[in-house]
Amino acid sequence: MSPHADLRVELAQLTNRTYQVRKLSHPGRWAAGIIVAILVILLVAAFAQGQIDWPVVAEFLTTATIMKGIVNTLLISALSMILGLVLGVVFAMMKQSPNPVNKAVAEGYIWVFRGTPVMLQLLIWFNIALVFPTIGIPGVLSWRTIDVVTPFVAAVLALGINEGAYMTEVVRAGLLSVDKGQSEAAATLGMSPAQTFRRIVLPQTLRVIIPPIGNSAIGMLKTSSLATAISARELLNATQQIYFVNGQVIELLMVAGIWYLAATTVLSVIQYFIERHFGRGFDGQQAARKVEPLEAEGK
Amino acid sequence: MNQIPNASIAVKAVNVTKSFGQTQVLRGVDLEVRKGEVFCLLGPSGGGKSTLLRCINHLETPDDGVIWVDGAIVGYELRGGVLHELPPRVARAQQRKIGMVFQHFNLFPHKTALENVMEGPLVVLKQGKDEAQTKALARLEQVGLAEQAHHYPSQLSGGQKQRVAIARALAMEPELMLFDEPTSALDPELVGEVLSVMKDLAASGTTMIVVTHEVGFARAVADCVGIMVEGTMREFGDPETVFSNPSDPRVQAFLAAVIEQDF
Ligand SMILES: Nc1ncnc2c1ncn2[C@@H]1O[C@H](COP(=O)(O)OP(=O)(O)OP(=O)(O)O)[C@@H](O)[C@H]1O
Ligand SMILES: [Mg+2]
Repeated sequence: MSPHADLRVELAQLTNRTYQVRKLSHPGRWAAGIIVAILVILLVAAFAQGQIDWPVVAEFLTTATIMKGIVNTLLISALSMILGLVLGVVFAMMKQSPNPVNKAVAEGYIWVFRGTPVMLQLLIWFNIALVFPTIGIPGVLSWRTIDVVTPFVAAVLALGINEGAYMTEVVRAGLLSVDKGQSEAAATLGMSPAQTFRRIVLPQTLRVIIPPIGNSAIGMLKTSSLATAISARELLNATQQIYFVNGQVIELLMVAGIWYLAATTVLSVIQYFIERHFGRGFDGQQAARKVEPLEAEGK
Repeated sequence: MNQIPNASIAVKAVNVTKSFGQTQVLRGVDLEVRKGEVFCLLGPSGGGKSTLLRCINHLETPDDGVIWVDGAIVGYELRGGVLHELPPRVARAQQRKIGMVFQHFNLFPHKTALENVMEGPLVVLKQGKDEAQTKALARLEQVGLAEQAHHYPSQLSGGQKQRVAIARALAMEPELMLFDEPTSALDPELVGEVLSVMKDLAASGTTMIVVTHEVGFARAVADCVGIMVEGTMREFGDPETVFSNPSDPRVQAFLAAVIEQDF
Protein backbone atom coordinates (compact mmCIF):
# COMPACT_ATOMS: atom_id res chain seq x y z
CA MET A 1 0.00 0.00 0.00
CA SER A 2 1.41 3.37 -1.05
CA PRO A 3 1.19 6.37 1.28
CA HIS A 4 -1.38 7.80 -1.14
CA ALA A 5 -3.60 4.78 -0.89
CA ASP A 6 -6.65 6.73 0.13
CA LEU A 7 -7.24 8.88 -2.96
CA ARG A 8 -10.96 9.10 -2.50
CA VAL A 9 -12.46 12.59 -2.57
CA GLU A 10 -16.06 13.34 -1.76
CA LEU A 11 -17.73 15.30 -4.54
CA ALA A 12 -18.81 17.84 -1.94
CA GLN A 13 -15.16 18.67 -1.25
CA LEU A 14 -14.70 20.02 -4.81
CA THR A 15 -15.67 23.55 -3.96
CA ASN A 16 -13.34 25.56 -6.25
CA ARG A 17 -13.62 26.02 -10.02
CA THR A 18 -9.84 26.34 -10.27
CA TYR A 19 -7.08 24.87 -8.11
CA GLN A 20 -3.43 25.59 -7.71
CA VAL A 21 -1.40 22.69 -9.16
CA ARG A 22 1.85 21.51 -7.66
CA LYS A 23 3.94 19.37 -10.04
CA LEU A 24 6.46 16.80 -8.84
CA SER A 25 10.02 18.11 -8.66
CA HIS A 26 12.68 16.03 -10.39
CA PRO A 27 15.88 16.31 -8.35
CA GLY A 28 17.34 13.27 -10.18
CA ARG A 29 17.23 15.03 -13.52
CA TRP A 30 19.09 18.02 -12.15
CA ALA A 31 21.77 15.86 -10.58
CA ALA A 32 22.25 13.83 -13.77
CA GLY A 33 22.52 17.01 -15.84
CA ILE A 34 25.13 18.50 -13.58
CA ILE A 35 27.22 15.31 -13.53
CA VAL A 36 27.20 15.02 -17.32
CA ALA A 37 28.12 18.71 -17.70
CA ILE A 38 31.07 18.30 -15.34
CA LEU A 39 32.30 15.22 -17.25
CA VAL A 40 32.14 17.12 -20.54
CA ILE A 41 34.06 20.06 -19.08
CA LEU A 42 36.75 17.68 -17.75
CA LEU A 43 37.02 15.97 -21.11
CA VAL A 44 37.36 19.22 -23.04
CA ALA A 45 39.91 20.51 -20.50
CA ALA A 46 41.91 17.30 -20.78
CA PHE A 47 42.19 17.64 -24.55
CA ALA A 48 42.96 21.36 -24.30
CA GLN A 49 45.85 20.67 -21.94
CA GLY A 50 46.86 17.28 -23.39
CA GLN A 51 49.80 16.56 -25.65
CA ILE A 52 48.15 18.15 -28.68
CA ASP A 53 49.94 21.05 -30.30
CA TRP A 54 46.85 23.05 -31.35
CA PRO A 55 48.83 25.73 -33.22
CA VAL A 56 50.18 22.92 -35.45
CA VAL A 57 46.61 21.81 -36.10
CA ALA A 58 45.73 25.35 -37.12
CA GLU A 59 48.83 25.60 -39.30
CA PHE A 60 48.10 22.43 -41.30
CA LEU A 61 44.36 22.95 -41.48
CA THR A 62 44.59 24.73 -44.83
CA THR A 63 47.86 23.47 -46.34
CA ALA A 64 47.88 22.71 -50.06
CA THR A 65 48.32 18.94 -49.53
CA ILE A 66 45.32 18.82 -47.21
CA MET A 67 43.25 20.94 -49.59
CA LYS A 68 44.08 18.59 -52.46
CA GLY A 69 43.15 15.68 -50.22
CA ILE A 70 39.76 17.22 -49.49
CA VAL A 71 39.09 17.80 -53.18
CA ASN A 72 39.92 14.16 -53.90
CA THR A 73 37.81 12.90 -51.02
CA LEU A 74 34.86 14.91 -52.30
CA LEU A 75 35.47 13.71 -55.87
CA ILE A 76 35.80 10.05 -54.93
CA SER A 77 32.68 10.25 -52.75
CA ALA A 78 30.60 12.09 -55.34
CA LEU A 79 31.62 9.86 -58.24
CA SER A 80 31.10 6.71 -56.16
CA MET A 81 27.65 7.91 -55.09
CA ILE A 82 26.69 8.67 -58.70
CA LEU A 83 27.96 5.29 -59.86
CA GLY A 84 26.14 3.65 -56.97
CA LEU A 85 22.87 5.42 -57.77
CA VAL A 86 23.01 4.58 -61.46
CA LEU A 87 23.73 0.93 -60.66
CA GLY A 88 21.00 1.04 -58.02
CA VAL A 89 18.35 2.23 -60.50
CA VAL A 90 19.47 -0.24 -63.18
CA PHE A 91 19.56 -3.25 -60.87
CA ALA A 92 16.32 -2.24 -59.11
CA MET A 93 14.59 -2.29 -62.49
CA MET A 94 16.26 -5.61 -63.34
CA LYS A 95 15.12 -7.05 -60.04
CA GLN A 96 11.52 -6.05 -60.79
CA SER A 97 11.76 -7.41 -64.31
CA PRO A 98 9.63 -10.43 -65.20
CA ASN A 99 12.70 -11.81 -67.01
CA PRO A 100 14.25 -14.44 -64.68
CA VAL A 101 17.77 -13.90 -66.06
CA ASN A 102 17.69 -10.19 -65.22
CA LYS A 103 16.31 -10.97 -61.81
CA ALA A 104 18.96 -13.57 -61.05
CA VAL A 105 21.79 -11.30 -62.20
CA ALA A 106 20.55 -8.49 -59.95
CA GLU A 107 20.26 -10.83 -56.99
CA GLY A 108 23.74 -12.24 -57.64
CA TYR A 109 25.19 -8.73 -57.75
CA ILE A 110 23.66 -7.83 -54.40
CA TRP A 111 24.73 -11.14 -52.90
CA VAL A 112 28.40 -10.72 -53.86
CA PHE A 113 28.92 -7.03 -53.15
CA ARG A 114 26.97 -6.88 -49.91
CA GLY A 115 28.47 -10.16 -48.74
CA THR A 116 32.12 -9.13 -48.84
CA PRO A 117 33.96 -6.36 -46.95
CA VAL A 118 34.36 -3.12 -48.87
CA MET A 119 38.06 -3.09 -47.85
CA LEU A 120 38.52 -6.41 -49.65
CA GLN A 121 36.77 -5.02 -52.72
CA LEU A 122 39.10 -1.98 -52.67
CA LEU A 123 42.16 -4.22 -52.57
CA ILE A 124 40.85 -6.42 -55.38
CA TRP A 125 40.16 -3.48 -57.68
CA PHE A 126 43.53 -2.02 -56.83
CA ASN A 127 45.19 -5.31 -57.81
CA ILE A 128 42.95 -6.08 -60.77
CA ALA A 129 46.00 -5.82 -63.06
CA LEU A 130 47.10 -9.18 -61.65
CA VAL A 131 43.96 -10.72 -63.17
CA PHE A 132 43.79 -8.68 -66.38
CA PRO A 133 47.20 -7.24 -67.29
CA THR A 134 45.68 -5.44 -70.27
CA ILE A 135 42.18 -4.23 -71.01
CA GLY A 136 40.48 -3.06 -74.20
CA ILE A 137 38.80 -4.49 -77.26
CA PRO A 138 40.83 -7.55 -78.37
CA GLY A 139 42.71 -6.82 -81.58
CA VAL A 140 41.55 -3.19 -81.75
CA LEU A 141 42.49 -1.29 -78.64
CA SER A 142 44.54 -2.25 -75.62
CA TRP A 143 45.81 -0.51 -72.51
CA ARG A 144 47.93 -1.65 -69.65
CA THR A 145 45.57 -2.06 -66.72
CA ILE A 146 47.85 -0.33 -64.21
CA ASP A 147 47.72 2.81 -66.37
CA VAL A 148 43.93 2.83 -66.42
CA VAL A 149 43.00 1.59 -62.96
CA THR A 150 44.86 4.14 -60.86
CA PRO A 151 44.23 4.16 -57.10
CA PHE A 152 41.68 6.92 -57.69
CA VAL A 153 39.80 4.87 -60.31
CA ALA A 154 40.04 1.71 -58.20
CA ALA A 155 38.55 3.61 -55.24
CA VAL A 156 35.62 4.94 -57.29
CA LEU A 157 34.93 1.52 -58.81
CA ALA A 158 35.13 -0.35 -55.51
CA LEU A 159 33.11 2.15 -53.47
CA GLY A 160 30.59 2.84 -56.26
CA ILE A 161 29.91 -0.79 -57.12
CA ASN A 162 29.63 -1.65 -53.45
CA GLU A 163 27.23 1.26 -52.89
CA GLY A 164 25.16 0.17 -55.91
CA ALA A 165 24.29 -3.08 -54.15
CA TYR A 166 22.78 -1.14 -51.24
CA MET A 167 21.17 1.44 -53.54
CA THR A 168 19.39 -1.32 -55.48
CA GLU A 169 17.40 -2.18 -52.37
CA VAL A 170 16.75 1.47 -51.52
CA VAL A 171 15.51 2.33 -55.03
CA ARG A 172 13.39 -0.80 -55.20
CA ALA A 173 11.72 -0.03 -51.89
CA GLY A 174 11.09 3.50 -53.17
CA LEU A 175 9.48 2.31 -56.40
CA LEU A 176 7.32 -0.20 -54.52
CA SER A 177 6.15 2.49 -52.10
CA VAL A 178 4.27 4.31 -54.86
CA ASP A 179 0.71 3.00 -55.12
CA LYS A 180 -0.28 1.38 -58.44
CA GLY A 181 -3.29 3.71 -58.49
CA GLN A 182 -0.95 6.63 -59.19
CA SER A 183 0.16 5.21 -62.53
CA GLU A 184 -3.41 4.23 -63.32
CA ALA A 185 -4.68 7.74 -62.64
CA ALA A 186 -1.93 9.11 -64.90
CA ALA A 187 -2.85 6.57 -67.59
CA THR A 188 -6.51 7.65 -67.54
CA LEU A 189 -5.32 11.21 -68.21
CA GLY A 190 -3.51 9.84 -71.27
CA MET A 191 0.01 10.32 -69.92
CA SER A 192 2.74 8.17 -71.48
CA PRO A 193 4.76 5.73 -69.32
CA ALA A 194 7.77 8.09 -69.55
CA GLN A 195 5.71 11.11 -68.46
CA THR A 196 4.14 9.07 -65.69
CA PHE A 197 7.52 7.94 -64.41
CA ARG A 198 9.11 11.38 -64.50
CA ARG A 199 6.23 13.51 -63.21
CA ILE A 200 4.28 11.15 -60.95
CA VAL A 201 6.27 8.10 -59.82
CA LEU A 202 9.80 9.51 -59.58
CA PRO A 203 9.00 12.52 -57.35
CA GLN A 204 7.17 10.24 -54.92
CA THR A 205 10.00 7.71 -55.02
CA LEU A 206 12.56 10.43 -54.33
CA ARG A 207 10.68 11.56 -51.25
CA VAL A 208 11.10 8.08 -49.83
CA ILE A 209 14.65 7.37 -50.96
CA ILE A 210 16.31 10.73 -50.36
CA PRO A 211 16.76 10.25 -46.61
CA PRO A 212 18.59 6.92 -47.06
CA ILE A 213 20.59 8.38 -49.97
CA GLY A 214 21.60 11.33 -47.79
CA ASN A 215 22.70 8.97 -45.05
CA SER A 216 24.60 6.91 -47.61
CA ALA A 217 26.34 10.01 -48.95
CA ILE A 218 27.44 10.93 -45.44
CA GLY A 219 28.60 7.36 -44.89
CA MET A 220 30.43 7.38 -48.23
CA LEU A 221 32.34 10.52 -47.31
CA LYS A 222 33.73 8.68 -44.30
CA THR A 223 34.12 5.27 -45.96
CA SER A 224 36.18 6.87 -48.73
CA SER A 225 38.97 7.23 -46.13
CA LEU A 226 39.53 3.46 -46.50
CA ALA A 227 40.99 4.26 -49.92
CA THR A 228 44.11 5.42 -48.14
CA ALA A 229 44.94 1.72 -47.91
CA ILE A 230 45.39 1.62 -51.68
CA SER A 231 47.20 4.98 -51.54
CA ALA A 232 44.52 7.04 -53.24
CA ARG A 233 45.41 10.65 -52.50
CA GLU A 234 42.38 11.49 -50.42
CA LEU A 235 42.12 13.46 -47.18
CA LEU A 236 43.26 10.81 -44.72
CA ASN A 237 46.09 9.81 -47.04
CA ALA A 238 47.19 13.44 -47.29
CA THR A 239 47.39 13.77 -43.51
CA GLN A 240 49.40 10.55 -43.35
CA GLN A 241 51.79 11.83 -46.02
CA ILE A 242 52.47 14.81 -43.77
CA TYR A 243 52.81 13.03 -40.44
CA PHE A 244 55.10 10.36 -41.85
CA VAL A 245 57.46 13.29 -42.47
CA ASN A 246 56.95 15.57 -39.44
CA GLY A 247 55.78 13.07 -36.85
CA GLN A 248 52.88 15.24 -35.69
CA VAL A 249 50.47 12.31 -35.83
CA ILE A 250 47.66 13.40 -33.55
CA GLU A 251 47.67 16.98 -34.78
CA LEU A 252 47.21 15.86 -38.37
CA LEU A 253 44.55 13.31 -37.46
CA MET A 254 42.75 16.21 -35.76
CA VAL A 255 43.00 18.17 -39.01
CA ALA A 256 41.40 15.29 -40.86
CA GLY A 257 38.71 14.97 -38.18
CA ILE A 258 37.82 18.65 -38.38
CA TRP A 259 37.42 18.49 -42.16
CA TYR A 260 35.37 15.28 -42.14
CA LEU A 261 33.10 16.77 -39.50
CA ALA A 262 32.73 19.99 -41.49
CA ALA A 263 31.88 18.09 -44.67
CA THR A 264 29.34 15.76 -43.04
CA THR A 265 27.71 18.74 -41.29
CA VAL A 266 27.29 20.60 -44.58
CA LEU A 267 25.82 17.45 -46.15
CA SER A 268 23.33 17.07 -43.30
CA VAL A 269 22.13 20.64 -43.80
CA ILE A 270 21.75 20.10 -47.56
CA GLN A 271 19.90 16.85 -46.86
CA TYR A 272 17.46 18.69 -44.60
CA PHE A 273 16.53 21.17 -47.32
CA ILE A 274 16.22 18.53 -50.05
CA GLU A 275 13.98 16.41 -47.82
CA ARG A 276 11.81 19.40 -47.11
CA HIS A 277 11.45 20.06 -50.84
CA PHE A 278 10.39 16.52 -51.69
CA GLY A 279 8.27 16.15 -48.58
CA ARG A 280 5.80 18.80 -49.75
CA GLY A 281 2.23 17.61 -49.76
CA PHE A 282 2.93 15.02 -47.10
CA ASP A 283 1.86 15.45 -43.51
CA GLY A 284 4.76 15.31 -41.13
CA GLN A 285 8.09 15.23 -42.94
CA GLN A 286 8.96 12.48 -40.51
CA ALA A 287 7.00 10.09 -42.69
CA ALA A 288 9.77 10.29 -45.27
CA ARG A 289 12.13 8.75 -42.75
CA LYS A 290 10.17 5.55 -42.49
CA VAL A 291 12.45 3.69 -44.88
CA GLU A 292 15.32 2.78 -42.61
CA PRO A 293 18.79 3.54 -43.89
CA LEU A 294 20.24 0.22 -44.92
CA GLU A 295 23.37 -0.78 -43.05
CA ALA A 296 26.10 0.73 -45.19
CA GLU A 297 28.77 -0.55 -42.80
CA GLY A 298 30.29 -3.14 -45.08
CA LYS A 299 33.73 -2.70 -43.61
CA MET B 1 -20.31 -7.88 -83.91
CA ASN B 2 -19.32 -5.58 -86.77
CA GLN B 3 -22.58 -3.71 -87.05
CA ILE B 4 -22.00 0.03 -86.75
CA PRO B 5 -23.95 1.20 -83.73
CA ASN B 6 -26.34 4.06 -83.95
CA ALA B 7 -24.95 7.62 -83.69
CA SER B 8 -26.80 8.26 -80.44
CA ILE B 9 -24.92 5.48 -78.66
CA ALA B 10 -21.91 6.34 -76.48
CA VAL B 11 -20.77 2.91 -75.29
CA LYS B 12 -21.54 -0.53 -76.57
CA ALA B 13 -19.97 -3.67 -75.19
CA VAL B 14 -20.47 -7.02 -76.88
CA ASN B 15 -19.62 -10.33 -75.24
CA VAL B 16 -16.83 -8.92 -73.06
CA THR B 17 -14.93 -11.74 -71.40
CA LYS B 18 -12.01 -11.53 -69.01
CA SER B 19 -10.19 -14.01 -66.77
CA PHE B 20 -7.43 -13.56 -64.24
CA GLY B 21 -5.62 -16.88 -64.19
CA GLN B 22 -8.27 -19.49 -63.41
CA THR B 23 -11.01 -17.11 -62.30
CA GLN B 24 -13.35 -15.95 -65.01
CA VAL B 25 -14.34 -12.46 -63.92
CA LEU B 26 -16.40 -11.32 -66.93
CA ARG B 27 -18.46 -13.98 -68.71
CA GLY B 28 -19.70 -12.31 -71.89
CA VAL B 29 -21.06 -8.96 -70.78
CA ASP B 30 -23.23 -6.89 -73.12
CA LEU B 31 -23.92 -3.25 -72.50
CA GLU B 32 -25.34 -0.26 -74.29
CA VAL B 33 -25.26 3.31 -72.98
CA ARG B 34 -26.69 6.23 -74.94
CA LYS B 35 -25.11 9.64 -75.21
CA GLY B 36 -25.98 11.91 -72.30
CA GLU B 37 -27.31 9.00 -70.26
CA VAL B 38 -26.36 8.01 -66.75
CA PHE B 39 -25.90 4.29 -66.35
CA CYS B 40 -25.58 2.93 -62.81
CA LEU B 41 -23.99 -0.45 -62.30
CA LEU B 42 -24.71 -2.33 -59.08
CA GLY B 43 -24.03 -5.79 -57.81
CA PRO B 44 -22.40 -7.83 -55.09
CA SER B 45 -18.69 -7.54 -54.39
CA GLY B 46 -16.45 -9.48 -56.73
CA GLY B 47 -19.04 -9.49 -59.52
CA GLY B 48 -16.67 -7.86 -61.98
CA LYS B 49 -17.97 -4.25 -61.97
CA SER B 50 -14.54 -2.66 -61.58
CA THR B 51 -13.06 -5.00 -64.15
CA LEU B 52 -15.71 -3.98 -66.68
CA LEU B 53 -14.98 -0.27 -66.08
CA ARG B 54 -11.25 -0.91 -66.38
CA CYS B 55 -11.81 -2.66 -69.70
CA ILE B 56 -13.85 0.28 -70.97
CA ASN B 57 -10.95 2.68 -70.46
CA HIS B 58 -8.24 0.25 -71.44
CA LEU B 59 -6.63 -0.29 -68.04
CA GLU B 60 -7.37 -3.96 -68.71
CA THR B 61 -7.70 -5.74 -72.04
CA PRO B 62 -10.64 -8.13 -72.50
CA ASP B 63 -9.81 -11.69 -73.54
CA ASP B 64 -12.74 -11.72 -75.93
CA GLY B 65 -15.46 -9.38 -77.15
CA VAL B 66 -15.29 -5.74 -78.16
CA ILE B 67 -15.97 -2.45 -76.46
CA TRP B 68 -17.00 0.41 -78.65
CA VAL B 69 -16.75 3.92 -77.25
CA ASP B 70 -17.84 6.93 -79.22
CA GLY B 71 -17.15 5.69 -82.71
CA ALA B 72 -14.11 3.49 -82.19
CA ILE B 73 -13.20 0.14 -80.71
CA VAL B 74 -11.20 0.52 -77.49
CA GLY B 75 -7.59 -0.53 -78.03
CA TYR B 76 -8.09 -1.99 -81.51
CA GLU B 77 -8.55 -1.08 -85.11
CA LEU B 78 -10.86 -3.15 -87.32
CA ARG B 79 -9.12 -3.82 -90.64
CA GLY B 80 -10.10 -6.57 -93.06
CA GLY B 81 -12.25 -8.28 -90.47
CA VAL B 82 -9.35 -8.53 -88.00
CA LEU B 83 -8.82 -6.54 -84.82
CA HIS B 84 -5.32 -5.05 -84.86
CA GLU B 85 -3.98 -3.87 -81.52
CA LEU B 86 -3.43 -0.10 -81.51
CA PRO B 87 0.05 1.35 -80.97
CA PRO B 88 0.36 2.80 -77.43
CA ARG B 89 0.27 6.44 -78.56
CA VAL B 90 -3.07 5.97 -80.34
CA ALA B 91 -4.49 3.97 -77.45
CA ARG B 92 -3.55 6.81 -75.07
CA ALA B 93 -5.37 9.32 -77.28
CA GLN B 94 -8.51 7.17 -76.79
CA GLN B 95 -7.92 6.80 -73.09
CA ARG B 96 -7.72 10.52 -72.41
CA LYS B 97 -11.25 11.01 -73.78
CA ILE B 98 -12.57 8.73 -71.04
CA GLY B 99 -12.46 10.22 -67.56
CA MET B 100 -12.13 7.92 -64.56
CA VAL B 101 -12.84 8.53 -60.89
CA PHE B 102 -11.47 5.93 -58.47
CA GLN B 103 -12.78 4.70 -55.15
CA HIS B 104 -9.56 5.78 -53.43
CA PHE B 105 -9.26 9.09 -55.34
CA ASN B 106 -5.66 8.42 -56.54
CA LEU B 107 -4.82 12.12 -56.40
CA PHE B 108 -1.15 12.95 -56.90
CA PRO B 109 -0.08 13.63 -53.30
CA HIS B 110 2.91 15.81 -54.22
CA LYS B 111 0.78 18.22 -56.21
CA THR B 112 -1.80 20.75 -54.99
CA ALA B 113 -5.46 20.45 -55.94
CA LEU B 114 -4.85 22.98 -58.72
CA GLU B 115 -1.74 21.18 -59.97
CA ASN B 116 -3.62 17.88 -59.95
CA VAL B 117 -6.31 19.36 -62.18
CA MET B 118 -3.74 21.09 -64.45
CA GLU B 119 -1.55 18.01 -64.91
CA GLY B 120 -3.43 16.40 -67.81
CA PRO B 121 -4.07 19.62 -69.77
CA LEU B 122 -0.43 20.71 -69.33
CA VAL B 123 1.29 17.44 -70.10
CA VAL B 124 -1.12 15.67 -72.43
CA LEU B 125 -3.12 18.44 -74.12
CA LYS B 126 -0.02 20.70 -74.17
CA GLN B 127 -2.02 23.72 -73.00
CA GLY B 128 -0.10 26.81 -71.93
CA LYS B 129 0.35 27.32 -68.20
CA ASP B 130 -2.00 30.31 -68.01
CA GLU B 131 -4.72 28.65 -70.03
CA ALA B 132 -4.45 25.43 -68.01
CA GLN B 133 -4.56 27.33 -64.75
CA THR B 134 -7.59 29.44 -65.69
CA LYS B 135 -9.50 26.37 -66.84
CA ALA B 136 -8.43 24.32 -63.82
CA LEU B 137 -9.66 27.04 -61.48
CA ALA B 138 -12.99 27.02 -63.31
CA ARG B 139 -13.18 23.23 -62.85
CA LEU B 140 -12.45 23.54 -59.13
CA GLU B 141 -15.13 26.24 -58.91
CA GLN B 142 -17.53 23.84 -60.61
CA VAL B 143 -16.99 21.24 -57.86
CA GLY B 144 -17.08 23.95 -55.18
CA LEU B 145 -13.39 23.90 -54.27
CA ALA B 146 -11.98 27.16 -55.66
CA GLU B 147 -10.89 28.09 -52.13
CA GLN B 148 -8.86 24.89 -51.68
CA ALA B 149 -6.97 25.25 -54.98
CA HIS B 150 -3.60 25.50 -53.26
CA HIS B 151 -4.16 22.76 -50.72
CA TYR B 152 -2.33 19.45 -51.00
CA PRO B 153 -4.51 16.30 -51.00
CA SER B 154 -3.36 15.51 -47.45
CA GLN B 155 -4.98 18.78 -46.34
CA LEU B 156 -8.38 17.89 -47.82
CA SER B 157 -11.25 15.80 -46.49
CA GLY B 158 -12.24 12.64 -48.35
CA GLY B 159 -15.20 14.35 -49.98
CA GLN B 160 -13.02 17.24 -51.11
CA LYS B 161 -10.40 14.84 -52.47
CA GLN B 162 -13.01 13.05 -54.53
CA ARG B 163 -14.34 16.34 -55.90
CA VAL B 164 -10.78 17.32 -56.92
CA ALA B 165 -10.47 13.92 -58.62
CA ILE B 166 -13.70 14.62 -60.52
CA ALA B 167 -12.38 18.06 -61.54
CA ARG B 168 -9.12 16.46 -62.67
CA ALA B 169 -10.98 14.01 -64.91
CA LEU B 170 -13.26 16.76 -66.27
CA ALA B 171 -10.25 18.92 -67.15
CA MET B 172 -9.50 16.52 -70.01
CA GLU B 173 -12.95 17.31 -71.43
CA PRO B 174 -13.89 13.63 -71.66
CA GLU B 175 -16.67 12.26 -73.81
CA LEU B 176 -17.48 9.72 -71.13
CA MET B 177 -17.01 9.68 -67.35
CA LEU B 178 -16.50 6.45 -65.41
CA PHE B 179 -16.94 6.33 -61.63
CA ASP B 180 -15.84 3.30 -59.61
CA GLU B 181 -17.61 3.45 -56.24
CA PRO B 182 -16.79 7.14 -55.85
CA THR B 183 -18.37 7.39 -52.41
CA SER B 184 -17.51 4.00 -50.90
CA ALA B 185 -14.36 5.25 -49.14
CA LEU B 186 -16.10 8.29 -47.65
CA ASP B 187 -17.49 8.96 -44.21
CA PRO B 188 -21.31 8.95 -44.44
CA GLU B 189 -21.60 12.71 -43.90
CA LEU B 190 -19.31 13.41 -46.89
CA VAL B 191 -21.18 11.23 -49.40
CA GLY B 192 -23.77 13.91 -50.15
CA GLU B 193 -21.34 16.55 -51.40
CA VAL B 194 -19.83 14.17 -53.96
CA LEU B 195 -23.20 12.83 -55.12
CA SER B 196 -24.46 16.36 -55.58
CA VAL B 197 -21.50 17.23 -57.86
CA MET B 198 -22.29 14.06 -59.81
CA LYS B 199 -25.97 15.03 -60.06
CA ASP B 200 -24.97 18.40 -61.52
CA LEU B 201 -22.77 16.63 -64.03
CA ALA B 202 -25.57 14.30 -65.00
CA ALA B 203 -27.92 17.27 -65.43
CA SER B 204 -25.38 18.93 -67.74
CA GLY B 205 -25.69 16.00 -70.13
CA THR B 206 -22.41 14.19 -69.45
CA THR B 207 -22.46 10.51 -70.34
CA MET B 208 -21.69 8.65 -67.12
CA ILE B 209 -21.19 5.06 -66.03
CA VAL B 210 -21.32 4.85 -62.26
CA VAL B 211 -20.52 1.78 -60.19
CA THR B 212 -22.21 2.43 -56.88
CA HIS B 213 -24.04 0.94 -53.94
CA GLU B 214 -26.13 4.11 -53.54
CA VAL B 215 -29.56 2.85 -54.56
CA GLY B 216 -31.05 6.26 -53.75
CA PHE B 217 -28.69 7.95 -56.19
CA ALA B 218 -29.37 5.35 -58.86
CA ARG B 219 -33.12 5.76 -58.50
CA ALA B 220 -32.92 9.55 -58.67
CA VAL B 221 -30.31 10.05 -61.39
CA ALA B 222 -29.87 6.93 -63.51
CA ASP B 223 -31.57 6.62 -66.88
CA CYS B 224 -30.66 2.99 -66.88
CA VAL B 225 -29.30 0.53 -64.32
CA GLY B 226 -27.61 -2.81 -64.59
CA ILE B 227 -26.97 -5.44 -61.97
CA MET B 228 -23.94 -7.61 -62.37
CA VAL B 229 -23.57 -10.93 -60.61
CA GLU B 230 -20.66 -13.31 -61.12
CA GLY B 231 -19.49 -11.69 -64.35
CA THR B 232 -22.83 -11.43 -66.12
CA MET B 233 -25.36 -8.63 -66.47
CA ARG B 234 -28.34 -10.21 -64.70
CA GLU B 235 -30.68 -7.22 -64.94
CA PHE B 236 -30.62 -4.29 -67.28
CA GLY B 237 -33.25 -1.60 -67.75
CA ASP B 238 -34.83 1.52 -66.31
CA PRO B 239 -34.41 1.89 -62.53
CA GLU B 240 -38.07 1.48 -61.61
CA THR B 241 -38.40 -1.84 -63.37
CA VAL B 242 -35.13 -3.27 -62.12
CA PHE B 243 -35.51 -2.19 -58.51
CA SER B 244 -39.23 -2.94 -58.16
CA ASN B 245 -39.51 -6.40 -59.63
CA PRO B 246 -36.20 -8.09 -60.33
CA SER B 247 -36.66 -11.56 -61.74
CA ASP B 248 -33.31 -13.12 -60.81
CA PRO B 249 -33.18 -14.58 -57.26
CA ARG B 250 -29.50 -13.49 -56.73
CA VAL B 251 -30.49 -9.96 -57.70
CA GLN B 252 -33.48 -10.05 -55.36
CA ALA B 253 -31.23 -11.09 -52.48
CA PHE B 254 -28.65 -8.42 -53.33
CA LEU B 255 -31.22 -5.65 -53.60
CA ALA B 256 -32.92 -6.69 -50.39
CA ALA B 257 -29.56 -6.35 -48.64
CA VAL B 258 -28.53 -2.95 -50.02
CA ILE B 259 -31.94 -1.36 -49.79
CA GLU B 260 -32.26 -2.48 -46.21
CA GLN B 261 -28.82 -0.95 -45.53
CA ASP B 262 -30.04 2.34 -46.95
CA PHE B 263 -32.42 2.83 -44.06
N1 LIG C 1 -5.64 -7.79 -61.34
C1 LIG C 1 -6.31 -8.85 -60.87
N2 LIG C 1 -5.70 -10.05 -60.73
C2 LIG C 1 -6.36 -11.12 -60.25
N3 LIG C 1 -7.66 -11.10 -59.91
C3 LIG C 1 -8.33 -9.96 -60.01
C4 LIG C 1 -7.70 -8.77 -60.51
N4 LIG C 1 -8.62 -7.77 -60.51
C5 LIG C 1 -9.76 -8.33 -60.06
N5 LIG C 1 -9.61 -9.62 -59.77
C6 LIG C 1 -10.66 -10.54 -59.27
O1 LIG C 1 -11.76 -10.41 -60.11
C7 LIG C 1 -12.97 -10.51 -59.38
C8 LIG C 1 -13.86 -9.34 -59.72
O2 LIG C 1 -13.25 -8.16 -59.28
P1 LIG C 1 -13.86 -6.72 -59.47
O3 LIG C 1 -12.96 -5.79 -58.75
O4 LIG C 1 -14.12 -6.44 -60.90
O5 LIG C 1 -15.25 -6.84 -58.72
P2 LIG C 1 -16.25 -5.71 -58.25
O6 LIG C 1 -17.58 -6.09 -58.76
O7 LIG C 1 -15.70 -4.38 -58.64
O8 LIG C 1 -16.22 -5.86 -56.67
P3 LIG C 1 -16.23 -4.76 -55.52
O9 LIG C 1 -17.65 -4.39 -55.29
O10 LIG C 1 -15.64 -5.50 -54.36
O11 LIG C 1 -15.37 -3.62 -55.98
C9 LIG C 1 -12.58 -10.59 -57.94
O12 LIG C 1 -12.71 -11.93 -57.54
C10 LIG C 1 -11.15 -10.15 -57.91
O13 LIG C 1 -10.46 -10.83 -56.91
MG1 LIG D 1 -14.85 -2.78 -57.57
